Amino acid sequence: MAGNSDPLSPRAKLAVTAGKAAAAVSRAAGRGSGSVIGGKVALRLDPDLLGRLAQHLDVILVSATNGKTTTTRLIAEALRAAGPVVSNALGANMPAGITSALAGGSDSRYGVIEVDEKYLAGVARDTEPKAIALLNLSRDQLDRAAETRMLAEKWREGLTGTKAVVIANADDPLIVWAASSSPNVVWVAAGQEWKDDAWSCPSCGGVLQRPGDDWVCAECGFRRPVPSWALNGDYVLDPHGAAWPIHLQLPGRANKANAATSAAVAATFGVPPQVALERMYQVQAVAGRYDVVTFQERQMRLLLAKNPAGWLETFSLIDPPPTPVILSVNARGADGTDTSWLWDVDYTRLAGHPICVIGDRKLDLAVRLEVAGLDFRVCADVDEAVRIAPPGRIETIANYTAFQDLRRRVGN
Amino acid sequence: MRSTSQNGLRLVWVYPDLLSTYGDQGNALVVERRARQRGLDVSRLDVRSDQQIPTSGDIYLIGGGEDRPQRLAAERLIRDGGLNRAVANGAIVFSVCAGYQILGHEFINDLGQRQPGLGLLDVISTRGEGARCVGDVLADIDERLGLPPLTGFENHQGVTHLGPTARPFARVRFGNGNGTGDGFEGAYNETVFGTYMHGPVMARNPHIADLLLKLALDVNALPPVDDQWYEALRNERIAAASQPA
Repeated sequence: MAGNSDPLSPRAKLAVTAGKAAAAVSRAAGRGSGSVIGGKVALRLDPDLLGRLAQHLDVILVSATNGKTTTTRLIAEALRAAGPVVSNALGANMPAGITSALAGGSDSRYGVIEVDEKYLAGVARDTEPKAIALLNLSRDQLDRAAETRMLAEKWREGLTGTKAVVIANADDPLIVWAASSSPNVVWVAAGQEWKDDAWSCPSCGGVLQRPGDDWVCAECGFRRPVPSWALNGDYVLDPHGAAWPIHLQLPGRANKANAATSAAVAATFGVPPQVALERMYQVQAVAGRYDVVTFQERQMRLLLAKNPAGWLETFSLIDPPPTPVILSVNARGADGTDTSWLWDVDYTRLAGHPICVIGDRKLDLAVRLEVAGLDFRVCADVDEAVRIAPPGRIETIANYTAFQDLRRRVGN
Repeated sequence: MRSTSQNGLRLVWVYPDLLSTYGDQGNALVVERRARQRGLDVSRLDVRSDQQIPTSGDIYLIGGGEDRPQRLAAERLIRDGGLNRAVANGAIVFSVCAGYQILGHEFINDLGQRQPGLGLLDVISTRGEGARCVGDVLADIDERLGLPPLTGFENHQGVTHLGPTARPFARVRFGNGNGTGDGFEGAYNETVFGTYMHGPVMARNPHIADLLLKLALDVNALPPVDDQWYEALRNERIAAASQPA
């Protein structure tokens, strides 16, 4: 399927050109990269454009609640060992953004595509992927998103009988449920710290038993599949039992899990784990996430955490006390306007750190931390929060638009 | 007679495995925290839906959840029977959203069927025809309870009708509440409370946590605690509800 033997139709070419023009106008107007508006214009002219663009590529889709942008980057780096890659590296992960990204990759062999959870089934139908990586599912933006379990159900229906190899996390019961309608699944023991969206059996509603790393439904027998790949500390275990060291510039357990999944995806395309993992080392900050910037003579590490599962993984990677921590939370449209999820996050994990809270919803954070019995300061903005901290490292954790606000202010 | 003072205050969080979708742990944390700040000996028990509901608790909290977990929770609570026995013993129950519907006579489940609830509140819930109710709410709590205005965040499709022995917990100034068009929000009787407000509701209305403590302890007043951050948050959210974007 790879290669350019089947050129685009005149209509598709026109759509691509019009999309690029719209993107250029949008950029010139200072409205971001223009990839989404460009894709929208192109799809309006040729609704089948996404499928047509994908025909020329070996497509790999990546979806999850957390880690999909980073994993998309890791897979893209790994597959560059085998050929040119086009990817929606900036995280525009709905059909318009994906179309726009693919339109720029006419010479590529692989299309590595991050897909928003709600669009996975549709994009999988349109692009006929060779592989689909499914990492995790948990609560996120509940004021506007589908219920988490319903999302798993939709994936399961949409992926029934798919020709793609599905590379899926055996440690997340919702992911296992979603993937288990696919005929060809490679299970990866990638771990999942957050468990509070999967106490109920996705199949029958029974209560899952979770002894150690295992999980099983006592009522219907739905259980953790035997993984062929596994994350084991700082190593990836491949299906032959060989252990490959993970060296990443990206911090944290969750990124090691993303690397393990990415190695399994790369192997599907003939890239050996050693080669894949060496290439992944090159990935630094992903769209500013994990970046360390110098601001007012402090080194701020910028960490994005959008939901309880993300905050939990983030707490496990920050430097120990007395490293100061700045927390910033907004509740604008892109964040979800409901802040109740703050109460699902165990902030007592921050005990011992000096804490400052900022952002549109700093008062929600203040009450949350007060009830957790933690000391904290409420600051007007990031400048004030940084001034209070001594010179050195500051860990900064923010949700989606709060993170964008931070990047704008601290010059990253 | 109940024996709260001898054994400390027993707080029971019902079925967090099914009904904890909207930060419902927050209500348990706030009640627990405010009891401790008053020097009360408090224990919290989280009861999963494959465990028995203890009948000796003083305050029971039951939260919000998705449609299928709501059906499972109602089935298991009826089979268990413990919550009804606890209420018969005089326990206080505070419920939110899906939990509120479960405490009524019936609600519409994920299969579109009418499903019996526990009958602890004289309410019946149906599914609304219009758009989902999502957003900040401001309401005046029933004057008999003597509490300041209610601020919360609602996210539900349910419509809850009150029967003659349930009083409306509050009347909305902004937002939807029970969705019946009469401005009612929530319901209560002597010991059982229900609301559509999460946020979670205690984080924005610590006076409700105190009300439950007073009812459980059978006292008229509690020593004051520092409410500066709660008050700041309340003022911000009340202003936000009054001026929707």
